[in-house]
Amino acid sequence: MPSAAPELALTPLLEADGISFSYGRQQVLQSVALAVRPGEFVALVGPNGSGKSTLLRILLGSLQPSTGSVKLLGSPPDHLRERGRLGYVPQRPALSPDVPATVEELVSAGRLARRGWWRPFRGEDRRAVRHAMESVDLAELAARPLAELSGGQQQRAFIARAFASEPELLVLDEPIAGIDAESQRRFRDSLVHLIDDHGSGVLLVSHELSAVSADIDRVVVLKRRVLFDGPPAELEREGVSLGIHPDDLPLWLEGLG
Amino acid sequence: MTVAIGLPYPFELAFMQRALAAGIVVGVFAPLIGTFLVQKRMALIGDGIGHLAFAGVGAGVVAGVYPVWSALGFAVAGALGVEWLRARRRASGDLALALFFYSGIALGVVLLSRGGGLDASVVGFLFGQPLTVDPGELGLIAALGVGIGVAVLTLRRVLFAVVTDEEWSRVAGLPVGALNNLLAILTAAAVVAAMQVVGILLIAALMVLPVATGQLLGRSFGGTLRWAVVLGVGSVVGGLAASRLWGLAPGGAVVLIAAGAFLLVALAKRSLPGSVRLEVTEP
Repeated sequence: MPSAAPELALTPLLEADGISFSYGRQQVLQSVALAVRPGEFVALVGPNGSGKSTLLRILLGSLQPSTGSVKLLGSPPDHLRERGRLGYVPQRPALSPDVPATVEELVSAGRLARRGWWRPFRGEDRRAVRHAMESVDLAELAARPLAELSGGQQQRAFIARAFASEPELLVLDEPIAGIDAESQRRFRDSLVHLIDDHGSGVLLVSHELSAVSADIDRVVVLKRRVLFDGPPAELEREGVSLGIHPDDLPLWLEGLG
Repeated sequence: MTVAIGLPYPFELAFMQRALAAGIVVGVFAPLIGTFLVQKRMALIGDGIGHLAFAGVGAGVVAGVYPVWSALGFAVAGALGVEWLRARRRASGDLALALFFYSGIALGVVLLSRGGGLDASVVGFLFGQPLTVDPGELGLIAALGVGIGVAVLTLRRVLFAVVTDEEWSRVAGLPVGALNNLLAILTAAAVVAAMQVVGILLIAALMVLPVATGQLLGRSFGGTLRWAVVLGVGSVVGGLAASRLWGLAPGGAVVLIAAGAFLLVALAKRSLPGSVRLEVTEP
C-alpha cells in the first residue's frame, strides 16, 4: 500500500496539462488539464461526445495527444513500468457470459501486474486477492462462476480485480451504469475503503454520481475543454445537485451537449 | 520398436501402443490450448492453420524436405499472420481465418500436384494415420507436447487474463502482443504435432469439442481446463479402441466420440431440474 512522505503526498498521481486531440479535422479535446492527488476522489463528467473516452485513453497511454503532456504515477503513461500501481475498471468488461471463470480466478488476474506476470503466486498474493474480494463483499462468492452473479456483483468482481494489485490510483470508466441501489452502496463503500484506508486516489468517469456524491472531492466537467473543476458544493451553486436529485447532473449535462 | 508392453486388447500390439501414446499426448495438449482459443473466440483457428499445414506438406514434397518440418514452418507463419490481421483489425477474426483457410488448402493441392504427391498418401495427412506412427514420430509428438504443456501451464494465469480481456490486460501492462503471438505459435505446433493422429481436417475438433463439453461440466476456468483434458484423452483412447474393434478410420472415430460426449452432456444438463426451471422462467 502507498505510504508517501508528507511532502510527496501532494505530488499528483495523475497530472495532465494542455491536452489537445483531434480526429482528422474534428477537435475532440482542447487544452484540457486534470490532476488527481493521493487520497483524492475526482469525478469526470460530461455529455455524450464530450471527449471523456478519448481523454481516458490518453491518460492511460493507449492514445497519444496532439499536444500537452501526461504524467501517470510520475512517468509518461507509455513509460510506466510498475503498472500494478494503477488499477483500471473498464466500461464494459469484455468477459463473455460463456467464460466459466470464477470470481477468484478473475480477481487473481488483477494481481499479475503487481506480482509480475511471469512469477508464481505466493501467500501474499493470495492474501491480497482475498482482501480485494472482501473489500467488495464478494469473498463468500469466491468460487462462484461469474455467469451466475447479478450485474452488480459482476461489476464488483471487476472492481476487486483492480483492487488486487493494491493500486495507488484507481481509474473507473462508467462502473455503475445499470446496477442496483444495493450494489451501488457497496461500490461506494469499497471506494471509500481504498481512499481512506490505503490513501489511494480515484478518478471516476460516470454520469451517475448519486451513490458517491457525499464522498467526491472534485468534479471535473468536460465538454471538449474543462468547463468546471471544483468541489461539488460549487457545482450546487449552479443548481446541480449530485445527491439529492440524482437526475440533476444527467439533465444538466444533456443541456451542455 | 516391435516389442509391446503388456496391455490388453485392443492395445496389445506395438503399433496400437504407439498410436495410444501419441494419441494421449495429443489428447492432453490439444484441449489445453483449445481452452484458451475458445475463450478468445478463435475456436476455428486450428482448422485454418491445419489448412496451412497442408500447404506446408505440399511444399515439403516439392522441396524434398520432411513434410512435418515444412508443415510446421507454414503453420507458424500462418498463425502469426492471422494474429497480425486480427490484432490490427485489418480483418475480422473469421474473415482473416477464411483468407488463410482457402489459400492454404488450394496452395497445398497445387504444390502436391506439381510435386507428384497428390495421391492416396495425402489422405493420411488429411484424416490422420495414428496406426502408422513410428518411434521417431512419437518422439517428435511427445517433445512438442511437453513443450506446449509446460508453456501453457506456466503461463496459464496470464494467458487467461489476456484471452478474456485484452483491453484491461494492456492497461495492466501485460505483454498482450507477445502472449497472443506465443499462443498462435503453440497452436501451430499443436496442429502439426496432432496431424499424424487425427489429421489436418480434424485437429480443430480435438481443440474445441472437449472444451465445449468441459465448459458444461466445469464451474471454473481451471475446472474447464481439467475436464477438457480428461475428455480429450478419453476421446482418443475410445476412438483408437473403436477403430481397432470395428475397423473404423481412427481420426474420425476419435472426433465422433468427442462430439458424442458433448451431445450426451448437453442432453443430461438439459434434463436437470435447474435447467428446466431456467427455461420455464425465460420469456
